[in-house]
Amino acid sequence: MITVTGARKSYGAFAALDGVSIDIPAGSLTALLGPSGSGKSTLLRSVAGLEGLDEGSVVINGKDVTGIPPQQRGIGFVFQHYAAFKHMTVRDNVAFGLRIRRRPKTEIARKVDELLEIVGLAGFQHRYPAQLSGGQRQRMALARALAVDPEVLLLDEPFGALDAQVRADLRRWLRRLHDEVHVTTVLVTHDQEEALDVADRIAVLNKGRIEQVGDPQALYDRPANDFVMSFLGQVAHLGGRLVRPHDIVLSRDRAEAYAADARVTGSPGVVSAQVDRIVRLGFEVRVELTSEEGSRLEVQTTRGTADELALLPGETVFARVAHPVAEALAG
Amino acid sequence: MTATLSAGLAGGTQRSTPDPQAAGEAPERPRAPAGRPSRGRPYATGLVTLWLSLVVLLPLAALTVTSTEHGWGGFWDALSAPSALAALRVTVLVAAVVAVLNAVMGTLLAWVLVRDDFPGKAVVNALIDLPFALPTIVASIVLLSLYGPDSPIHVQLNATRYGLVVALAFVTLPFVVRSVQPVLIEADKEVEEAAASLGAGGLTIFRRVILPTLGPAIISGTGLAFARAIGEFGSVVLIGGNIPRHTQVASQYIQQQIEIDQPVNAAAVSVALLAMAFLTLFVLRLVSARSLRREAAS
Repeated sequence: MITVTGARKSYGAFAALDGVSIDIPAGSLTALLGPSGSGKSTLLRSVAGLEGLDEGSVVINGKDVTGIPPQQRGIGFVFQHYAAFKHMTVRDNVAFGLRIRRRPKTEIARKVDELLEIVGLAGFQHRYPAQLSGGQRQRMALARALAVDPEVLLLDEPFGALDAQVRADLRRWLRRLHDEVHVTTVLVTHDQEEALDVADRIAVLNKGRIEQVGDPQALYDRPANDFVMSFLGQVAHLGGRLVRPHDIVLSRDRAEAYAADARVTGSPGVVSAQVDRIVRLGFEVRVELTSEEGSRLEVQTTRGTADELALLPGETVFARVAHPVAEALAG
Repeated sequence: MTATLSAGLAGGTQRSTPDPQAAGEAPERPRAPAGRPSRGRPYATGLVTLWLSLVVLLPLAALTVTSTEHGWGGFWDALSAPSALAALRVTVLVAAVVAVLNAVMGTLLAWVLVRDDFPGKAVVNALIDLPFALPTIVASIVLLSLYGPDSPIHVQLNATRYGLVVALAFVTLPFVVRSVQPVLIEADKEVEEAAASLGAGGLTIFRRVILPTLGPAIISGTGLAFARAIGEFGSVVLIGGNIPRHTQVASQYIQQQIEIDQPVNAAAVSVALLAMAFLTLFVLRLVSARSLRREAAS
């Protein structure tokens, strides 16, 4: 359990944290999501003690650690660029925290072997970090952080420096690891897909403030405002409102469109639009349109639906929302 | 002629280019990639060889020949003369002390210049190079005016080995600072934060994380300072006092032997200095090659 209360931190005139309070439940995997400069990294670093707060407090598992240095906070920290000890082998990297704690040699050896097994680096203990790939380095960094049995595990854009495929693999692997190890984990990311994929709770930050906290489904379906809505997934403008592109239904029949729209409460109405382009991305089909008011509209649909409609560029269709969901509550 | 080149020539002839000379110039000819050694630049190689021979290799060879003018026995006699041995011993001793001083103080200076902020930092940073740029004889006078017989602070170091140490430390000041500084600027601060998050205190972080990173730079700076200190003449000539078997360093002994017309003695000690300088540089190459291998191993 991590509790941050009234956190403020400024760099000169720039307020990185502008009164942030958040509870992070024990055993959860929470993502701090936001654009760059939103304060998410500063928040994480102040939980770690790598950054001091101007105001506010940090409590980890009931212990007020606000003025306490990172060494005594019982944390594990993983950096975007791995922060590997380049002059040490993989084994020595992972053993670092245990050696500092002067644990017996046999215990260190056992623990390091166990961790290298978990992170899938069992055969690599005598290599140097330069001899590992980016993904392997980050797994080594994770093993190093877990070696000291931290009360909380803090990850600062841990997959940010990796390429897309490795990133997707590694975050699923992290999810499985978390299901096994159950250490309270906080992950900073600017990638909404990553947050939705890996976290069981998401806190969306913007300009040093928390916009909304909740589970991924709730945030996606019931965003508190336009910012959360547009940051957590794609949005389209329909009839002057923000909606999800996959919630828009296209039909060729005007009468049918209006009849169906009448059954949706609070609908933004039916908009007629001209098809500009049809992009087939495997299962997903993206239809780009220009509405009658001249604004651009993007609709996500499935291959089956698109084939049924058999749309061609230049045709006029009628767009409406499927059901009254995914609309910012306080737009 | 290499196999690839003759193959290229054969291909050229088949392509109805009767003149093999022209085929050799054809763009299809396999070329050595940029930065790789190639055999195609005989003039450049020749010029470089000639230049190195004229300014470095031939004088060194001539020196070695002079040193053995009276045979190897004469060389050994010249080298093992008590005053020659004493001069060499003083030189190595003082240079070693200066090297160690530099390793510690140079690293500290680099640290302060990179990590700390204070008014006048730019001035101090510029000042580091001054001892190196200054004519060494001027350095000697500067030090003599402070630590000489008329010392305004009543610290007289002239004609003592401490005087030698101060003079050589003055001249070799920039070596360690300037080799450690860029490494420290480049050093990843997150690595130190990682160590802190794992429970390491300031001293442990310095000893186990920062020092190993700086190690190669400190060693190379110290080595260069040592090599420079061994051969230094100008800066010690006034403050050292040139007292045989006490403060007379090897370079002063060499000059003395030339003045009393003993070129073989001078050459023999010179060869000894040369060997030491060469050995120092060789060890430095080994150290830097080793650390490079580890950092960039694949």
